[in-house]
Amino acid sequence: MSTVLDRVTKVIVDRLGVEESDVKLEASFTGDLGADSLDVVELVMELEDEFDMEISDEDAENMATVGDAVTYIEKKQA
Amino acid sequence: MSKLAGKTAIITGASRGIGAEIARKFAADGAKVVVNYSGSQEKAEAVVADIQANGGEAIAVKANVSDAESVKAMVDETMKTFGSVDILVNNAGITRDNLMMRMKDDEWDDVININLKGVFICTKAVTRQMMKQRAGRIVNIASIVGVMGNAGQANYVASKAGVIGLTKTTARELASRGITANAVAPGFITTDMTDQLTDEVQKAMLEQIPLNRFGAPEDVAKAALFLASDDASYMTGQTLHLDGGMVM
Repeated sequence: MSTVLDRVTKVIVDRLGVEESDVKLEASFTGDLGADSLDVVELVMELEDEFDMEISDEDAENMATVGDAVTYIEKKQA
Repeated sequence: MSKLAGKTAIITGASRGIGAEIARKFAADGAKVVVNYSGSQEKAEAVVADIQANGGEAIAVKANVSDAESVKAMVDETMKTFGSVDILVNNAGITRDNLMMRMKDDEWDDVININLKGVFICTKAVTRQMMKQRAGRIVNIASIVGVMGNAGQANYVASKAGVIGLTKTTARELASRGITANAVAPGFITTDMTDQLTDEVQKAMLEQIPLNRFGAPEDVAKAALFLASDDASYMTGQTLHLDGGMVM
């Protein structure tokens, strides 16, 4: 069973075409990983599918980094 | 000729008039059609029966376009039945004509809610699926009065001018995902509504039309078909005037 971070990393690598090694917890989607605002919307959509959960627009707006997303998903799954 | 073979199209306000014509036209060109209606269930089902009788695929789905939840349910039902949403035609519209001096807030709000907010809600609802597909066609039915203005229709004109602006923003926001958005701005189209006008009024209208005749719903359906097909793949953010030359 892969961890939340592994699964989030895979979604990011697939969507943004970045190297796995670039996907660090502190990496920001728009600053470090080169995502535009539409990419972030899509990323959230794919995370919703991957983890079978709904992420509200308000919560999505607060997700700036990989770590934010992982923490949010882990908290919601707990 | 099957320009829309394998595509699924949601047509709002398709129980009659221009919407019904677009639904029939798209189905005849191979699309699986969702005939949306808000009140006229019988008429919507008649359009579906008509399409099926001609060998096409269609379902009738009730939804108020200004209500996000009912629109979401319609998109969900479309996905369940047909498995994709490739084309959205925002056609649903109403009029509540009055001189601005006499126009009630309700008359303003009703028209803006259905004609403009409805386009926003429906577009938003299909965008998620179209983004995933990396393809989609959004066709908004505006009106030539949204370009030229019209006395007695402040609410309707504002809503249709709004739709033209919304079309351009939709086009810009979604272009990178293979989704195009264009509008059709019909002039005077012969429908049940225009049939009720007096001969005198019709004559006055004709004088403004260089081609000296009213358009038919079929004319609008043909333009919508073009914009929804691959033929228009390099066109986005545009408004096609279908008005016999009224506005140039």
